[in-house]
Formats: sequence, C-alpha cells, structure tokens
Amino acid sequence: MPQLTEIRWHARAGQGAVTAAKVVAETALSADQYMQAMPEYGPERMGAPIKAFTRICDEPIEIHNNIENPDVVIVLDETLLDVVDVTEGLKPEGVLIINSCAPAADMKKALGLPDTARVATVDASGIAIDTIKRDIPNTPIVGALIKVTGVIDLEVFKSLLAKNLRKKFGQEMIDANFAAVTRAYEEVTVA
Amino acid sequence: MSGKKWDVSKMDEWTAEEFPRGATIPEAGNSADYVTGGWRSERPVRDESKCTQCLLCWIFCPDTSVRVEGEEVVGFDYDHCKGCGICAHECTFGAIEMVPEGCDLPEVK
Amino acid sequence: MAVEQKTVATTGNVLVAEAFRQCEPDVVAAYPITPQTTIVEEFAKFVAQGKVHTDYVTVESEHSALSACIGASAAGARVMTATSSQGLALMWEELHIASGMRLPIVMANANRALSAPINIHCDHSDIMGARDAGWIMYFAETAQEAYDNTLMALRVAEHPDVLLPALSALDGFITTHSIDRAEMFSDEDVAAFVGEYEPERALLDVANPVSHGTFAGLGGTFLEFKKAERNAMDSSMGVIKDVGAEFAELSGRPFDVIEGWGVEDADYVIVALGSTAGNARHVARELRSQGIKAGVLKIRIFRPFPFTEIAEALASAKAVAVLDRADSFGAEGGPLFLEIRSALFDAQKRPALVNYVYGLGGADVRLELMHQVFGDLADLADGVHEPGRLVYLGAR
Repeated sequence: MPQLTEIRWHARAGQGAVTAAKVVAETALSADQYMQAMPEYGPERMGAPIKAFTRICDEPIEIHNNIENPDVVIVLDETLLDVVDVTEGLKPEGVLIINSCAPAADMKKALGLPDTARVATVDASGIAIDTIKRDIPNTPIVGALIKVTGVIDLEVFKSLLAKNLRKKFGQEMIDANFAAVTRAYEEVTVA
Repeated sequence: MSGKKWDVSKMDEWTAEEFPRGATIPEAGNSADYVTGGWRSERPVRDESKCTQCLLCWIFCPDTSVRVEGEEVVGFDYDHCKGCGICAHECTFGAIEMVPEGCDLPEVK
Repeated sequence: MAVEQKTVATTGNVLVAEAFRQCEPDVVAAYPITPQTTIVEEFAKFVAQGKVHTDYVTVESEHSALSACIGASAAGARVMTATSSQGLALMWEELHIASGMRLPIVMANANRALSAPINIHCDHSDIMGARDAGWIMYFAETAQEAYDNTLMALRVAEHPDVLLPALSALDGFITTHSIDRAEMFSDEDVAAFVGEYEPERALLDVANPVSHGTFAGLGGTFLEFKKAERNAMDSSMGVIKDVGAEFAELSGRPFDVIEGWGVEDADYVIVALGSTAGNARHVARELRSQGIKAGVLKIRIFRPFPFTEIAEALASAKAVAVLDRADSFGAEGGPLFLEIRSALFDAQKRPALVNYVYGLGGADVRLELMHQVFGDLADLADGVHEPGRLVYLGAR
C-alpha cells in the first residue's frame, strides 16, 4: 500500500485550521506528493467547533470519503476536549497533537489512549501570543506536526507559509510566524 | 439589411434538418408577410371631410395599420388591421366609422 | 505529445473558475449557491483584477442568470455559468429554452441534494432533473476531470454540428471544496484548444438580421424542431469522442465516454458516476489482490448516454450493481439504473442487475459500503441471496 497519511484537525472557526491544512497540502505538493484537504462544512460562525481533513500520499489518491481512522489528530483548542471526542477512530499506533500546556504524559492518561498511541503537547497559544502577538495557534501547531511526524518538510513549509502570508502581511509578520513554527518544533514533547 | 427574401414556399414539406436551427428566423421584419386582416369582423372607414389630420388614430393603432405618407393619413392597411375599433373610439372628430365586413365599400385595398 | 502543464494543489471549484478564465467567455451571468459559490467568487475576482475580459452580470436569481445567458448567447457571445441544486431547479424552464434555441452555453454544476428536507451536500438529484432537457452532460470524478471536462464541453457545445448547451458536473464538497492535485494548461494552450466562438446566427450581427425565441404553433413544426434536437444530441457523441481524443493528445490524460477498470474479465462490476467511482475502484483493487474478479465502470458522459459502449463493457459480467446518487421516485429504480437496464435489454447475455441508491444528501460513501456491494454481487451470482431489486445502501 502506498504511504498514505490521514490527518484530522479539530479547531474552532477562526483559529486558522483551514489555512494550515491548505499550506500543508501545498508543502506536500512541492515534495511531488498527492494530497486532499477538505473542511467539514457546517454552520459557520467564529468559535464554532470545526473539523478539517488532510490526506497526503506518494501516489494518486482515488478515495473520496471522510477520514474515519486518522493516523494523526491535531487539536488546536483544548476546550474542544469537553465538546468533541477528538480521539474517535484514531489508529492504535496513531499520534494526537494538542495545543496545551499540560505535559504530554498527563494528557495521554487523561485521554485514555492505549500505550501504542503517542500524544504530543505544545503550548501553541502561548508561543503564538509571544511571537505573532495573537492567539492564532495554527502555524506553531504545524511546526509540532512536522517534528512529531515528519510528514512534510520544515523548510519547504516555511517558504510556502511566507508566500501565503506575503499576500496580506509584511516581513515582520512572516518572521514572527517563522519564530512560532521553529519554537513549536523545538518545544513539542511526546509521550 | 440582407437582400434576398427568405423562401418559405415549401415550408410544409421541410424535413427536421431543413428548418432553421433553433427555430431562428433569418429575416428582418417579415412579420409583415403574415396577413392578419382576415381576423376582422369590422373594418374602419375614414371620412376625409371630417379628418383634421391630427394623427391620433395613427398613434393609437396597436397594429401599425393606419397608413401615413408625408405626415398625412392616407388610409388603412387592411392586410393587418384586426378591426379592434380603437381608432374610431379615439377620433375626436368622428371621422372614422366601424363598418361590418362584407358591406359594399368604395375602397378595398 | 502532451504539452507542458503546471502542477497545482487547489480545489475543484478554483480549477473550474480557472478553466472559465482561460476560455475567455464574453458573458457570465451567475448567482451564488453553496457549493458552487467559490467558482463564481473566484471568477468575479479574475474579472475585477482584469485577468479576463468578461461582462460579469450579477443577477438576482438563477432564473435570471440563465435568462441573461440565453440572451447573451443569442446575441452571439461565448457564455458560461455555474450553479447547483435549488439554483439549477429554479432554471428548469430555461434549460429547455437554451437547448431548444440551440445555444452553446456551458454550465458547471456542483452536484447537491434538492430540498426537501434542506441539505447542502452532495448527491445527484439536482443534475438528474436536467437529463431530459437536451443538455450534454459530463461527470467529473476528480478536480482534474472537472477542469478537463469544462474545457472539452465548451469545444463540443460550440461545434457547428452540435450547438447544444452542456453541463460540466462535479460532486458538491467532495470535488468542489477539497484541495486536490491537478495539472493546468497554459492560457495559450487553452486558447488554442477552445478557439474563438464563431456564432452563425448572432442577434448583434445586424448585417444578417435574425429573430430568436420564436413560436412554432399547433399543427406546425414543433415536432420537426425537436427531431432536429434529437439528431444533434445523437451526433454529438461523435464530436465528444473526437474532441476527447484531441484533448488526450494535448494533456497526456486518456479520455473515454466510459472508463472501465477490470471490466474485461470481471465477474462483479460496480457502475457509478462521479467521485464514488474512485472509492469503488479502490475496493476493487483490494478484492483483485485477493483473487476476486471485481471491476468498476465509470460513466463520464451521461448525455448522450453511451448505451452501446456500456452494453459491450458489461456483456461478460455475472452481476452488476448500479449505484445511483439520486432516486427517481415511482420508477423501478434510480435514473442511472433505468438507463443501464435499458442499454442491456437487447444484449444476448445479460448480467444480473441490482440498484443501490446511496450517498444522498452527502451521506459518506464509506469503503465498507463498497465491500458490501461487491459481497452482495457475489451472493447474487452464486444464487445465495438476492439483495432485492432496489437497496438504499447504508440506510437505517
């Protein structure tokens, strides 16, 4: 079977999950991979829980259905844990990456995940506020994703992020985002 | 304006592919070829002695069937007049009378 | 020899908007409706940025949209538009007008469920409502096909032997909103492929006056006009194949009106339209690796219906499941099933046929449902179990 990675993102509308999924998809493209990235479309309002899905594969992806058993689950907002079962369908040897200050081991226990699974935590919001001056944790969380899974390349991601940001922002914001990504890459812990 | 008249003399024999595509009509202003005068049961007749050439009948006729030449009413287009009687109704000088078809008439155009 | 193309990661809708831009339509009159919206939004952006010189008419409803398109096309313009679901339904009277007037309008449709109840997700109930209206219908499995089909549809529609409007259908959300990988041509290559539109009966050609939208009354000629329409639709199949062959040369991507995978020697075949064909094919591959002779037949051109090609493709199968993403209430089965059954009526050897209505209102087409269908086909062929003529797949 070709190398296929399925990622499910949990976030609240406005946290940049859809943009992150898009830049991750573009990064996969530069590695000559195939991808799908789709939001789950529902009542759109700021703060509403949303899901997004990404598939990355070395060969063309011919399936077009929801991701039920992700290899990776990314949670951008800790408060979603009370609202959504973020672990649903996660593969036994999957990894869950969550924006949280809690130590990874504690989070793993709290979520009741098996030993085969991995949990990674990173204070993406804290990093974002330090660097970008806003609680938009999407870029740091991708830094953590890259460190934990290696599914895409860090430098390529950063250059595509810059390209996307340049449309609306100046160099200062791009540098701040780079700092966010790098810090999360370095600070993420896994259990 | 294109010159040649669209020949519809054999239209009753045309096969599906011989009809113009999409039922378009490739000729301008040919509604004039369609004679509607036979729908009438009354026709307008003008009394020249009462007519002041105000042109109101021409303005009101819904079928452009009042014939005007050099800014003067000269008669009616009986090929297209449907005998609605609006011209007679609007003429304030009583110069137009609606006469049942089939009467003996001085001018038949 | 295929031309050089640019590899992109973007959604089906953006690709359709790009196809529109590269075709340089003279007029686009459109109204937004989920999940078509991003097509018209992107295209409107291109117009605003001067990337395409199109008269973009913002109308107040889809009925007005197709009305305006019809007027513009009769005037001699190259016209394209897009809609979905309730919007397509609102245009219903004009669908017939556009084809009756023989206007080569190309419309992209984001396949979406028709109310009631209200549902904005994918199924084929909207597009199937247009199947008798005299429009050519292309169905896309992927974002790439949505782009490719739109370009081919324009060439076919504007072809002097065809002159019929064409629908380029793509699955709502699944294809419209999912980022996918695709190849795009250069603007020059598209311009060369679609060429310039040479209208033969343009209202704006005042040197050759013409009337459009005329009356063909009782005992007159209406029957003959419809026969001409039937002839045009029948002969469009040849044009679709020729244009498809040319496109295959240009793109390096094969084109056929139906696409069989493993059907040459398959015992069990799933027939489907759109993105579901990919899911079925994925499962068929798995089954083949286990020695089960599974196959998938994807229908890419629905109108004109390739009944000869389909009958040939399904001739040797033991059991065939026709997957319908729409129902035809009161009929023996869904729209695709009825057409497939009819196509097989005269065949010497006919496979057993089952109809599955599935995925309505965006119900997820899980891979185990495809497994269930193939399993049913095996049971049916072995005489073990009859799933019934019509099954609502995955319903409670």
